[in-house]
Amino acid sequence: MNILELQKKANEIRKSIVTAVYSAKAGHPGGSLSAADIFTYLYFEEMNIDPEKPDKEDRDRFVLSKGHTAPGLYSTLAHRGFFPVEDLKTLRSLGSYLQGHPCMQHIPGVDMSSGSLGQGISAAVGMALSGKMDQKDFRVYTLLGDGEIQEGQVWEAAMFAGHRQLDNLLVIVDNNGLQIDGKIEDVCSPYPIDKKWEAFQFHVINVEDGNDFQQLKAAFDEARETKGKPTAIIAKTVKGKGVSFMENSAAWHGVAPNEEEYKTAMADLEKAGEALCQK
Amino acid sequence: MPEIKKIATRESYGNALAQLGKEYDNIVVLDADLAGATKTSIFKKAFPERHIDCGIAECNMAGIAAGLATTGKIPFMSTFAMFAAGRAYEQVRNSIGYPQLNVKIGATHAGISVGEDGATHQCNEDIALMRTIPGMVVINPSDDIEAKEAVRAAISHQGPVYLRFGRLATPVIHDHPDYSFTLGKGMVLREGKDITLIATGLCVNSALEAADKLKKENIEAKVINIHTIKPLDEELVLAAAKETGKVVTIEEHSVIGGLGSAVCDVLCAKAPTQVLKIGIQDVFGESGPAASLIQKYKLDGPGVYEQVKAWI
Repeated sequence: MNILELQKKANEIRKSIVTAVYSAKAGHPGGSLSAADIFTYLYFEEMNIDPEKPDKEDRDRFVLSKGHTAPGLYSTLAHRGFFPVEDLKTLRSLGSYLQGHPCMQHIPGVDMSSGSLGQGISAAVGMALSGKMDQKDFRVYTLLGDGEIQEGQVWEAAMFAGHRQLDNLLVIVDNNGLQIDGKIEDVCSPYPIDKKWEAFQFHVINVEDGNDFQQLKAAFDEARETKGKPTAIIAKTVKGKGVSFMENSAAWHGVAPNEEEYKTAMADLEKAGEALCQK
Repeated sequence: MPEIKKIATRESYGNALAQLGKEYDNIVVLDADLAGATKTSIFKKAFPERHIDCGIAECNMAGIAAGLATTGKIPFMSTFAMFAAGRAYEQVRNSIGYPQLNVKIGATHAGISVGEDGATHQCNEDIALMRTIPGMVVINPSDDIEAKEAVRAAISHQGPVYLRFGRLATPVIHDHPDYSFTLGKGMVLREGKDITLIATGLCVNSALEAADKLKKENIEAKVINIHTIKPLDEELVLAAAKETGKVVTIEEHSVIGGLGSAVCDVLCAKAPTQVLKIGIQDVFGESGPAASLIQKYKLDGPGVYEQVKAWI
């Protein structure tokens, strides 16, 4: 896909995120929207996957370590053809397979159950290790929140991945700067994030604008070319990106919009979509 | 009197892995800097490329095991019970249990028979923790032979399994041709009509010794070995309770949440029976030689006998 097509796709995914969370009357829109471009790039450009064969052995794997942004992952999987987009409206409802946090047993395309922060990256490391042991060439991607990296387990996993030189592993940190209780640097600062991953023997790529596909493409290409060590992409993003009143607001971490807010959000995204069509 | 052969079940675990590693090339063994103590060093020596030392990071080890399992490997995650079931509880629950991944947890150094290391390392709560996780199989073998069979059975079972092993060398009690291990099935080691002693792990031998002493006083005790605490052999437990009336459970584990609780769960619903729960009575352990601790906490033959006698 070219950049414009990716932008259009990401905008559609954002609409689905907002719609899913609105339908569920619960969920996590802020971090789903900040990572929407990363999700889009991964599933529409970067990863070797097949929606017809979600379990194919040689596929690339993705672990959503920041599992609460399931609406972002589910919307992307649906638009990529893993399951019907219509089903997104059942998010979090009783009887739906679209659980509040990713559940690998019931959701096509979900490679690992996650949601308890800090755990997904370890599973991703295990997958990458397995690939190395069997000399398979699949790659493993995992997306972490910048608040999530306060969890000690993240650094246990990082130490292991660096030690084992798992260059088939790519960690992406969604650095939107906010967690539930406020700014990450006010709650318990994980900065400098890049220096930490470097210290754990990762090749680090700082992306100034993690909502910009040009920059994401450059970073993912560089990661793919990096041998002998795992890569961490630290992507600066905007929490709530694309919905005016949600942008840069910790309050929209885990709250669903009401009807009026939903209309405003969709109007914002419609407008963005129209602007993209003018290009 | 012939000398009784004694082997620690952690040793059996290491030996079984090394043996089964030949049969299954997808077995991988993970450790957290304790390969020497968990005896997985035996596997490591045979299959160095399939042994993964995760360093002192048990939570990450649980996650790595989960990730490996998603790719078709059979990971054995090994460390002390305290760290496997205790420290990494939530990782075991959420990363292994919830997705029902095919991870085997080889937990050594369970119970107070850890000995000199004392309370911080004596896990008397692991059975309770593990049996609350939906779909988790919990096995606590009673000797070398059973421990090896348990490892084999764990491999044949698709899904998470918690295997509990000890540090202390304990008597080999199943060294006879009739022995066979079936996951989820208890075994009657001795018939008796007056009372049932249901034991697990190293306490099975204590139960047999106590039954000998009781017999001298014309008390015929049925002795049941429960190696699989979950799923529990309900049928056997119920039949024994109905037959003998009184039931005693014996375990090197807290009386809260372990075998005793599992037995009571079944009996209170289906055949209300008086039950005496012998085990660690809601206290922390302490330092000392393992055998002395087993004696102090009344988990040896004489200790079990004494408690049963006082209660009956």
